[in-house]
Amino acid sequence: MSQFLLEIFSEEIPARFQKRASEDLAKMVKDGLEKAGVTVGEITNFVAPRRLGLCIENLPNETPDVKEEKKGPKVGAPQPAIDGFIRAAGISSIDEAKVVSDPKKGDFYVVEIIKKGAKTTDIIKELVPSIVRNFPWQKSMRWGEGTLRWVRPLHSILCMFNGEIVDFEIDGIKSGNVTRGHRFHAPEDFTVTDFADYQAKTRAAHVLIDREERKQSIMAQAQKLCADNGLELIEDIGLLEEVCGLVDEPFVILGQMDEAFLDLPPEVIRLTLRINQKYFVVNSKATGKLAPYFIVVSNVNATDGGKAIAHGNARVLAARLNDARYFWDLDRKTTLEARVPKLDTIVFHQKIGSIGDKVKRVVELAGELAPIVGADVELAKRAALLCKADLVTEMVGEFPELQGVMGRYYAKNDQETADVANAIAEHYKPVGPSDYAPTNPVSIAVALADKFDSLVSFFAIGEKPTGSGDPYALRRAALGIIRIILENKVRMPLTSQVNEELQSFFLDRLKVFLKDEGLEYDVIDAVFAGADDDIYRITQKVKTLSEFLKTEEGKTLLEGYKRASNILKAEEKKGALDGTFVASAQYLELNAEKALFSAIDTTKAALATSLENEDYVGAMKTFTLLRDPIFDFLDNVLVNDSDENKRKNRLALLCDLRQMMSQVADFECIRG
Amino acid sequence: MENVEYSTACSRAYAQGRKPSFQDIILTLSDYWARQGCVILQPYDTEVGAGTLHPATTLRALGEKPWKAAYVQPSRRPKDARYGENPNRLGHYYQYQVILKPNPPNLQELYLNSLYEIGIDPKLHDIRFVEDDWENPTVGAWGLGWEVWCDGMEVSQFTYFQQVGGFDCKPVSGELTYGLERLTMYVQGVENVYDIDFNGNGVTYGDVFHENEVEQSKFNFEYSKVEILEQWFKDAETQCNILLEAKLPLPAFDWALKASHLFNLMDARGVVSPTERQSFIARVRDLAKGSAAAWMEKQEELKAGEK
Repeated sequence: MSQFLLEIFSEEIPARFQKRASEDLAKMVKDGLEKAGVTVGEITNFVAPRRLGLCIENLPNETPDVKEEKKGPKVGAPQPAIDGFIRAAGISSIDEAKVVSDPKKGDFYVVEIIKKGAKTTDIIKELVPSIVRNFPWQKSMRWGEGTLRWVRPLHSILCMFNGEIVDFEIDGIKSGNVTRGHRFHAPEDFTVTDFADYQAKTRAAHVLIDREERKQSIMAQAQKLCADNGLELIEDIGLLEEVCGLVDEPFVILGQMDEAFLDLPPEVIRLTLRINQKYFVVNSKATGKLAPYFIVVSNVNATDGGKAIAHGNARVLAARLNDARYFWDLDRKTTLEARVPKLDTIVFHQKIGSIGDKVKRVVELAGELAPIVGADVELAKRAALLCKADLVTEMVGEFPELQGVMGRYYAKNDQETADVANAIAEHYKPVGPSDYAPTNPVSIAVALADKFDSLVSFFAIGEKPTGSGDPYALRRAALGIIRIILENKVRMPLTSQVNEELQSFFLDRLKVFLKDEGLEYDVIDAVFAGADDDIYRITQKVKTLSEFLKTEEGKTLLEGYKRASNILKAEEKKGALDGTFVASAQYLELNAEKALFSAIDTTKAALATSLENEDYVGAMKTFTLLRDPIFDFLDNVLVNDSDENKRKNRLALLCDLRQMMSQVADFECIRG
Repeated sequence: MENVEYSTACSRAYAQGRKPSFQDIILTLSDYWARQGCVILQPYDTEVGAGTLHPATTLRALGEKPWKAAYVQPSRRPKDARYGENPNRLGHYYQYQVILKPNPPNLQELYLNSLYEIGIDPKLHDIRFVEDDWENPTVGAWGLGWEVWCDGMEVSQFTYFQQVGGFDCKPVSGELTYGLERLTMYVQGVENVYDIDFNGNGVTYGDVFHENEVEQSKFNFEYSKVEILEQWFKDAETQCNILLEAKLPLPAFDWALKASHLFNLMDARGVVSPTERQSFIARVRDLAKGSAAAWMEKQEELKAGEK
């Protein structure tokens, strides 16, 4: 049993590709070896900015011989077929073949062929070059005069099996046992003998090959710097994933910025730190607010302990923040209102028109929606007018992520009301499942108007989400509307806003949303069977019904309903149900049917009142009044009486029951 | 710097106990790349938005002939002009451009040595290669590479050209672009571009260029006449097409560059609607691609003639 060690050394691999590439390499090696008959155990794969590699222990030195049965022609087949088989099977005469009997096909020839096993090192020799040539990089390139492609120029391949170099050459690159360490701290070549030696030497050469170790080291150093300085690290997993791919060995440094910058909007500072500079953000432990410090992960253990690096980064940051301040000061010289006409020059979508056009529509719609959501019409229209104006500010041009957020700052600066300013920031919300839905009426009006407008506009030009793609995030827009409606109890028939196609799109999104909330799909289907188009009401019905069906009363009522419905279905099948017959007191005979008749009568009135008031809990309560009479009826009354009128009357009673309950939901959909 | 045996403008500055000036850095880079066998060219004499557009890079990146060149290229980006008020943004600035075809295998090391000669010690500063793929749709060019960061500041672009004018680059060229003002600000430790010590003898960058930024900004944003720019754009396009017809790629490319600059001026004026914008870019791309194609054809002809 032997060890296989592979390292592909190149110029700096983009950080975002590293993790995936490491996994791909492990999978390709495993699949390749297994396909060649080599049993593969655990793989240790690793990746650092300039290298991609893996080690597999305990590989067999060769693959075993494999016996294969080669089927030939039937006994007595024409001679050319037999000759062909002799050649293909590599035997000298047909006498060397066995004869096998098959009950269906009769007797035919079979030859046992022994496929010799291969040396694992020969398998690797074939496999690695083919992996390098076919590696699934998202983007790859050529370099120099060669034709090979890799993510960046590939410099060397260390490939060893059982301590020996596995010899091959790809496009002039010869495999070997040589690698290098950190670009600046240990640039010299060195040789390795096995994985333990490789790990020890790379570590000594300032390369931590394990991503997780680099991440932990970054976090530990950052936490310590924070603890020592009364700071609190804002954890940032995305940034950590990125910076661990930018360093061979992390050295974490605390930098300081001028406190005067803290009067900039904190969102601007945080974005500048994270996105532009890849720094971690820190809060002051004492105040819980942004502190005038930052954390930078450096790749160098600097000779001065990192002073020059901290100083240099602070200067770069200062330049960036000065830039931001320049934008901030400049932007505040022009009001948002004065910027609105410029939106006419920005295309929203080729076929839909400019953002200016969109704003005009959103103003109208927000004005219409305002009374429905309890917002002041003029404020809603004002907020809608200004909601996109920050798109043409310098700051949002620089940081598109700050759309809305900057609008709020600038609106406040323009002395707009707090409602208007907040609505500008909140009209994009909720932007995802973890984001909140606006609750201020003005914000609600603009948020709904903006989203409805997008949905209606894109559907009108046929740009609808498909199974594979939703480039305009229309599902998210619909879900946003649903959440705003539900969380704020907005009452609005969908038909008032959208056409039939969009209505069914909404109802589909609502179904998905309710399922995600943990509601049973049969209950959802039962409620959706009704022709309701009020998202809030539908949801209330689903929730109440779901609760009700979990109670004892609910369960037995459902059982009663199913029994009654089965009787009706059997009659319907026979075509023997007279839908026009109205139940009448005059045909009532038995106590049980009289009781059901009067229970339906009282329930009908009570249910109508409950439904009128949208009191679904009340509706369910009235249903419970029906439970005993139903069972009494089903247990004691024979529906198929010889008297035609009595029979029709009893069926009509059950029809009444079914019809009444269907006002809430189609109980047929619910599993018993 | 003690390890550098020969003297450069930068090493002499450090020896005198001062930081290198703007021109010291330019001279040192030219000196360094001359030692690597580059042809040291002078700036191209037509307005360009980036050093890449110098025909010594755009056109010479095409074809099989080896080529090494380095030069300073004044770059004009009318939209970035800020009336001389922004400490970091300019409508006119300098790039130092190096092209090596084919790229030598140790191009990263060569580049890092050039930083060392300017005075950036990689054991004292944090130098990082951060993914940044380069694309210039108007000349149908793209490549993969990095931005090079020094202590968090982008000091250079490092690109392996894959395509120019829609043609595969075979062999591949390595292209380096140094942002000279930024690099100098970093080395000198100044916060405002206009405070850069230009010559080590009392002249600042502001003395040389501030008034130019102010006046050019006024031109770019207030006094450029759109009708004239539009007409000139059309004329440049026509002229370029005549030259392409005549199979004269070098002058044709000049007129493609002029069209590109005229478009940039119109764009700065804010009068180009997004749809028009696309159409202008496509027109410039056609001219640039046409020039590249004509250049490739010419290379083949010249090669055939040599045989």
